[in-house]
Amino acid sequence: MGFFLETLISGLMSGMLYALVGLGFVLIFKASGVFNFAQGAMVLVAALSMARFSEWLPRWLGFESVLWANVLAFALSALLLFVLAYAIERLVLRHLVNQEATTLLMATLGISYFLDGLGQFSFGSSVYSIDIGMPKNPWFAFEGIFEGGVLISLEDLTAAIVAALLVTTLALFFQFTATGRALRAVADDHQAAQSVGIALNRIWLIVWCIAGLCALVAGMIWGSKFGVQFTLSTVALRALPVVILGGLTSIPGAIIGGLIIGVGEKLSEVYLGAWVGGGIEIWFAYVLALLFLLFQPQGLFGERIIDRV
Amino acid sequence: MGARERRIGDVILEMANISLTFGGVKALADISFDVREHEIRAIIGPNGAGKSSLLNVINGVYVPQQGSIRFAGKQFDRMTPRQAAQMGIARTFQNLALFKGMSVLDNIMTGRNLRMRCGLLAQAIRAGPALAEEHRHREFVEHIIEFLEIQPWRKTPVGRLPYGLQKRVDLGRALAMEPHMLLLDEPMAGMNIEEKQDMSRYILDVNDEFGTTIVLIEHDMGVVMDISDRLVVLDYGKKIGDGPPNVVCADAAVIRAYLGVTA
Repeated sequence: MGFFLETLISGLMSGMLYALVGLGFVLIFKASGVFNFAQGAMVLVAALSMARFSEWLPRWLGFESVLWANVLAFALSALLLFVLAYAIERLVLRHLVNQEATTLLMATLGISYFLDGLGQFSFGSSVYSIDIGMPKNPWFAFEGIFEGGVLISLEDLTAAIVAALLVTTLALFFQFTATGRALRAVADDHQAAQSVGIALNRIWLIVWCIAGLCALVAGMIWGSKFGVQFTLSTVALRALPVVILGGLTSIPGAIIGGLIIGVGEKLSEVYLGAWVGGGIEIWFAYVLALLFLLFQPQGLFGERIIDRV
Repeated sequence: MGARERRIGDVILEMANISLTFGGVKALADISFDVREHEIRAIIGPNGAGKSSLLNVINGVYVPQQGSIRFAGKQFDRMTPRQAAQMGIARTFQNLALFKGMSVLDNIMTGRNLRMRCGLLAQAIRAGPALAEEHRHREFVEHIIEFLEIQPWRKTPVGRLPYGLQKRVDLGRALAMEPHMLLLDEPMAGMNIEEKQDMSRYILDVNDEFGTTIVLIEHDMGVVMDISDRLVVLDYGKKIGDGPPNVVCADAAVIRAYLGVTA
């Protein structure tokens, strides 16, 4: 039982990170109907910028404090992502309004390659590390209840808490502020939103900035766990099944989808892995997504799209 | 001259020689008409006559290939829906374009969007001025909810409301903008007699109490004759009649095109 809980909890924690990347997809898709292939590249650029600036800044400005290096690097990276969001909205998306979904998808694919290149060109393409001082040692919980207790990685726990905090803050922002209301309005109906004077361009800029923030936090956490390198941009591909499962149009869907996939991966690896020779973790999410596409293509919470023939 | 006629003021909207084509199809051909302040102006015509297109031109959704629009003394060759909203033109939609996942209250609150002054950051940290602003607008919206008698459904997601109530929410959202001019695209389509009577009353009240100028498209001739001051009649994108209801309905061309001829 203790072992089961251990697996479950570690699954939930990696699920939170998937949810964060999934949220980036969902936000942009809801607000503008664009499936943003560049989400992964944004994670990479964010992590690279975080890693390099936290290394460069103390050298440039001549201070020692790791905390300040991280704080300043985070602020600078956030700024960089906002500038990128602005440039993408201004230079690409604004000119493609009302184009076919395929056109927009190709555009974000282009942006994705561009960002991959730009990130490695400006920040270098070796493996870098981010040290944001997350606790590395494990923690044994419930020692009184189970023999040996339940091992919880404090690093994962911190990451999950940070991700959960960000997600909660965003949810509150959407629900309780005027801008959040405008965001939800745009997601529901573009034409009506324009008729009450909501500026679509401003809303798009805001969702891209928020998606950038999600990418930054995800990139930072992932980077500090596994190091920052090119493969980080494929992290987004791991979050694809999350949005298929949760539904591309649902914010709670992205969160719950992320958790299900995180837990599913870990549990299946541990309990089914032995039967098929292991390695389930790598493909579990995709097979689950495939099943959903066959039987429930709109996901758990997405809108059912009915086409009149 | 009755009290109503005396209220009606100068021309507020003037459409001159508007032509709109989609590919090779002429939706509107050389249409000119005006709307006076405080009046209720109806646009009628058979299906496909170009009524909704005309409304969409006023509201900036479609840009006409030819012609000009003059609203409140300003000349426009083209307008965007957002500009129209900023100048005080609100509208409702023929096929309900409400924010289905949002509550009645939130839907109507979006109508206050242009009047919100506080920045993103102030809203995010729920700073004092942002909260005060939200409360002020909320109060205004509550008046509208009361006026339209939809208090019991304040927190209900609009997607779950029956059609007639959704139409009212659509009107409420437009009213929340405190518009100079209200464009109503078939506000009574698909309603039963009782709902139509209610809606007519709301429209007349809006016009009387707030002095809002109203341009509406409607098929129910009884309603149109009752509430409108002047009519424009369209047929195949052309204007075939313009004037007070009793005059227009006696016009031979209008009768032929719209009301049907008997032998």
